[in-house]
Formats: sequence, C-alpha cells, structure tokens
Amino acid sequence: MNEILGFSTLDLSRFQFATTSIFHYFFVPFTVGFALIIAVLQTLAYRSGDPKLENLTRFFGHLFFINFAVGVVTGIVQEFQFGMNWQGFSNFVGNIFGIPLALEVLMAFFLESTFLGLWWFGKDRIPAWASLASIWIVAAGTTISAFWIIIANAWMQHPVGFEIKNGRAVMTNAWAIVTNPKGLEWFAHIWAGSLTVAAFFVLAVSAYHLRRRANVEAFRVSFRVALITALIGSGGVILAGHEQGQSAVRDQPMKYAAFSALWDTPDGNQMPESLIALPSNAARENRFELSVPYVGSFLAFNNFSEKAKGINDLQKEYEAKYGPGNYTPWVWPVYWSFRVMVGLGFLMLLVTLVYVWRWRQGKLDDPGRLYPLLLAMPLAPHLANFSGWIATEMGRQPWIVQGLLRTGDAVSQLNPLWVLLSLAAFWVVYLTLIGLDVFLLTRTARAGMHEPDVETPSVPAPDYVPEGARA
Amino acid sequence: MTDLPTLWFILTAAIFAIYFFLDGFDFGVGALQPFLARTEAERRAMIRTVGPFWAANEVWVILAAGVIFAAFPHWYGTLMTALYPEFALILLALIGRGVAFEYRAEINHRRWRTFWDVTSFVTNLLPAFLWGAIMANMVRGLPIDATGRFDGSLLYSVNTFSVLGGLATLSLFILHGATYLLLRLDNDDVLHRRARRAALIWGAVASALVLAFVYQGFIRTGLFGTFGLQEWLFPVAAAVNLGLIWLALTLKRDALAFAATGLTIVFSTATIFGSLYPNVLPSTLGDAYNLTVQNTASEPYTLRLLTWVGAAFLPLIIGYQAWNFYVFRQRIRAQDEKIPGGHD
Repeated sequence: MNEILGFSTLDLSRFQFATTSIFHYFFVPFTVGFALIIAVLQTLAYRSGDPKLENLTRFFGHLFFINFAVGVVTGIVQEFQFGMNWQGFSNFVGNIFGIPLALEVLMAFFLESTFLGLWWFGKDRIPAWASLASIWIVAAGTTISAFWIIIANAWMQHPVGFEIKNGRAVMTNAWAIVTNPKGLEWFAHIWAGSLTVAAFFVLAVSAYHLRRRANVEAFRVSFRVALITALIGSGGVILAGHEQGQSAVRDQPMKYAAFSALWDTPDGNQMPESLIALPSNAARENRFELSVPYVGSFLAFNNFSEKAKGINDLQKEYEAKYGPGNYTPWVWPVYWSFRVMVGLGFLMLLVTLVYVWRWRQGKLDDPGRLYPLLLAMPLAPHLANFSGWIATEMGRQPWIVQGLLRTGDAVSQLNPLWVLLSLAAFWVVYLTLIGLDVFLLTRTARAGMHEPDVETPSVPAPDYVPEGARA
Repeated sequence: MTDLPTLWFILTAAIFAIYFFLDGFDFGVGALQPFLARTEAERRAMIRTVGPFWAANEVWVILAAGVIFAAFPHWYGTLMTALYPEFALILLALIGRGVAFEYRAEINHRRWRTFWDVTSFVTNLLPAFLWGAIMANMVRGLPIDATGRFDGSLLYSVNTFSVLGGLATLSLFILHGATYLLLRLDNDDVLHRRARRAALIWGAVASALVLAFVYQGFIRTGLFGTFGLQEWLFPVAAAVNLGLIWLALTLKRDALAFAATGLTIVFSTATIFGSLYPNVLPSTLGDAYNLTVQNTASEPYTLRLLTWVGAAFLPLIIGYQAWNFYVFRQRIRAQDEKIPGGHD
C-alpha cells in the first residue's frame, strides 16, 4: 500500500514535518526574544533594587515559563522526525547535520532547562546575583540553540565544507559549515524576528495594564524595553531579509524567481518588481500581474540594470544539469507567503516608529488611538514567521538538500497509514497545546502582577486524616 | 585506545544509562502519584520532588538521539523507521508529560488538576514501558534487508519478548521512583511510609519481571552472548542485586536502596548495549545484514569533532546538573505545601 486517501507517504511526511516545524516555531522565537527582555528587566531590577521591577520580572517570567514548557516538548518531536520519517535524509547527511544538532543539545538545551529551573524554583535558595546570572544563561542558551539549528538548516539550503563519498555527504571542513554565509545571514534574520515576537507581546501586555493605570511605574519600564527591542527587531529583520534576498539570487535562483513569480527572464535592460500576481504552475506564467519597473533590479542587485533568471530558463538549465524532472516549486504559495512576510515586517517597523515618535513627545504612558492595533500586534510577527518558513521551505522544492538530495529520495519507506495516524495524533495534541498556551498566557497576562508587599495568601495545608475518613 | 566508533558506541550506551537513571525516577514518581498521594498537598509534594529536575533529565534523551544521528546516522534512520509507532507514542507521551508537570498548578480548579493528573499518569507510564520494548526489540533484532531498510510489518515489534521487556522496565522505573521518593520526602511524612511500602511491593514485581526477561533473553536471543563470561552469571547477578535492594529497603537504608535501584538500571542498560556489540541492530534476515558499530558509523572527521565537543561540554553539564540537585536537596514535606484558595 503506497497511498492512503490519495496521499502518499511522501505527502504525509512532508505535511507532518511542516506541522511539527510550524507548531514548534510558535514557541521557539518567543523564548529567544522573551528570555532576553526578562534578563534586561531583571538587570534593571537588580541595579535599582526596586521591588516593583523585581515583581515585574517575576510576572513576565511566569508568562515565559508557561510558554517554555511547550517549546521544549515540541522540540523533541522535531529531532526524532529526521530518523522516523526521513531515513534517506538521515543517512545522507548524518555526518554533517548531526553535529550542529548535537552541539545544540550540549551547548544550549541543558543550559536552558537546568538554569530556568534554578531561576524559577530556586529564587529563594540562591543569591540574587546567581539568579540574575541564571536568566542571562537561559537567554544565552536560547540564542545558541537558534544559532546551531539555523546553521544546520542553512547547510541544507547552501551546502558547504563537504564531499560526496559512497553516496553520502561527508564533512571536510567544519569551520566552513559554521561560517556558512547563508547561515550567518539567516541567523541575523531569525534572531531579529525572535525579538519582534517577544517585543510585541510585551508591548501588548504592558499597554493593557498602562491603559488600566495598573502598576504604571513598572509597566512603563517594560513598555520601553520592549519598544527598543521592537525597533532593533523590526529594523534588523528588514535589513537581514534584504541581504538574504540578494544572496538567494546567487545561490538559490529558482527560489528567488518563485519569490518574485518571475517566469521568464526579463528581455528589457532591467527587472521590474512584481506587486501583485496570480501565478499558475500549469500555464507556467502569471494570469495577472502588476509590477513596477527598475525596482526588481535594485532590490536584487543594488543597481538598475541587472536581471535575475526566470523560472522557465532555470527549469531548462536544471534539466540539463540534473536530468529530467520538475524543478519548479509550487509558485503561488511561495510568492504570496513571501509578500505577506515582507508586508508584516514593514507594518511592525511602522508601528514601532509611531511609538518611538510618541516617546519623543513624552506621551508614552498612554497607548493612544493605536491601542487596539497594539493589542492585535503580537499576531503579526507569528504570521510573518509562519509565512517566512512556508516561502523558504516550499521555495527550495524539490530539493531537501539544494542540488544534492531530492525530498522524494529522502523519505522513509513507511506504511502511509502509520504516518496518517501519527499526523492526526500530533494535530490533536498540538491544537490542544496551542489553545491551552494562548488561554493561559492571556489569563495570566490579564490578571497582572501581585502587589510587591502582598504575598499570595497562604492557607495551611489540610491535616492528615485517617484513611477513608475524607469526604 | 579503542577506535572512535567503539568509543562513541560506549558513550551512547552511557548517555542512555544516564537518561534511564534520571528520567526513570521521574516516570516512577509520575506513575506512583495516584496511588500514594491522597490529598492535594501530597500530590503537590510529589510533583515538587521532580519539579526542578525533569526538564534537564529529559534533555539526556535528546542528546542520545542527537549523538546516534551524528555518530551512527544509518542506525538512527533504520531504528526509528522500523519502530515508528513506538517512537511516535513516546513523543506524544513526552509532550503530555512535560506540559502536565508545568500546567497543573496554573489554575486552582479541581477538574483542571484532575485532567493533568490523569494525563501525567498515562504519559509517565507509556515511555517507561516503550523504552523497554524498544530495547528488547534492539536485542532481539529486526528484519533489516540488504539495503538497510526495515522489511517487516509495523506490528513486527509487538511480541511477547518486547512486551516483557516493557513491563520489566516499567516496574523497574516505578521501583526507582519509589526509592527516589524515600530520599526526597521528609522521613516523618506519611507519604514517606507509603513510598516505602510501594518500594517493597514494586521491588517484588520488578524482581519477578526482570528475572523473567533475563531468562527469556537468555534462551531466545543473543543477550549475554558476547561477554565471554559464564552465562549463568547474569541471572545470578541480577538476583543478587535485586536481593540487595530488598535488604536495603527492609533495613531502611534509603540512600543505599536508591543507589541500588539506580545501579540496576545502569547495569541493565550496559548489559543490553554490551550484548549488542559489535552490532547496533542485528538483522533477523541474516548476519550479513546486521547493522554494526563500524558499518553505521560516521567518518573519522565527524567523530573526532564530536569527541572534542563531548570532552569539552559533558563534564560541564554533569557539573551544573549536579549543582542543581544540590541546590534543591532539601527534603519535601506535604505539610509545607500552600494551596491557594483552600483544600482540594
């Protein structure tokens, strides 16, 4: 049996991997950015000795903690997937891909899980400086983890430092893999994106309480810290994204052409940039298109005359190079998800700039008329991440490792029924988790922080009663 | 010095042993909770014994998987594809378990807590059983063909030997959880007395199941085949060790009891990996198709890199994880638990 309900093991495994990655990625960037914001807040609290700030740190720490648990458990699935559903891939790249993965565990996961426990449960058992060090270690751990996983992913998109031996990729130069230019660009992009995820969340929560005039002095601080983070994040995302686009033209021209729905190499002396298009893989052209001249050349090459190759030319080139086959990704989802990502990036920058302007005007304590937008903004970076992953991962099909291994050759030979069953189970569990996470985050965020001097009322634990006598 | 693939095989076994030792007691505590804790304060106290530790304990399995991926890529893909249902269930259980530990205390509502208590019970039980089943299947061998692919039905792995292996690890982990509680709970606590009774009962169950597994492994598989020792030594050693656990429990030497259950887990893991060597996954279709330490290993460059990285970070990790246990060394009393808003 090779198919079930019309889906092959390959289809289902791809869908399962996308599911796992995207769900996992709701939590990961949040963790990366949020740990940093909390570390900054705790540093401010430590230096000022202000109990209000310390309380603020614990409040956001609680929100972090709710999210962290789900991030950890969904990450394990991510790792095991490579062996379970992608046996051909594990075999082909294990020599290379396993190393950054092992480094991620050794350098990051142990740090995060141990020191977060110390920070959260051990506040009264370790000195204040050790608690501060712990949260900084957690923040460093989350960043290191993001670095190694992006290095691993970048290798799949742009393989370096290897040779092919007995049909497997074998590492020849570890330094080249660590300094893969693709990896460094992506890490910058991913890290800046993570800052926006956390920053807009903290902005929304802080605005909510500022609006209600609750703990104004504390939430004013978190609002400002988050605003600076949002500025670095949204500015950084756009700059790093621009760099990435330019390197994609060189290294993954097919993906770049799909981003732009550029079917034919432009025949003029410049490349226009598509604004709106309805690409069709069947017709191998756009059914409708609106574009502006020269901008495409400028975005891709920083000049007004160079041109990228179109999809149809690249298809012919690849057939000549790799043999007959379909090398064209499914263009419309790539094109549109790319545009959604870019649009949201600019929206984030715009909102940030408005509030930086208000800060200069001295009106920051009041979220103003943009308040409803600010409450909705935490969705924007998540949606941008989601679209970004769709664009970059669908854009490189049919390759799982660019130019070396096709996705279809990487999949495990599994009974599709088992993949379907596991996929269904993961969906049920993940949807439940997302629901619970959002519910608990909202509930805890809205409840606000306790007053510094008011302890949670401690009720004496019930005395032990003889067995069977309890109601 | 031994060759690098063998070194990494030994380290893989060691990482699994550490994982089973550490997460073993988490699983045990989770599985025992509904039977030992009768009040909300007692339930909280039991969770608190593992609260600051479970996440870091679980990372050892992520490391084990990462190391197999990097050092033995061929083993990684074949094993996980062949035992797909087992691994999928373990993953689902680990998800549920982690969230149950953290989310239970978030809302002070009876039904909410009960939901997480049930989730925690099931999701601690499942991996404890499944790891045993996976290890048993590794020892027993799987139908691996000439291309290194699994060539059997996906229910191939469900058989009396693997079920017995699952039950043996499950009972061993529950016993290990009980002796862990003896160390972590206040001596005068009623919960402590219940934990001791549980340890005695599960000590008996685990003894029977482990001996049965050892016997089955002895007659049915190559277990113990490669040690070059008298084969009857293993059942005898297992029996002596289980006897030691009983002795420690009845003499109320709690630290000794915990050390003994922990060592049982470590020795069992060592036995399983030791008897596999030089294979990592024997094929039931013929010895020529066996996956071995040598034919699944990564290239020397990768292994050398892994060795440097491991040498740099493993001691550090063990160091700070030990410090973590030291910081939270205080014994826990159910009386100290604060329950916001009242009793159950």
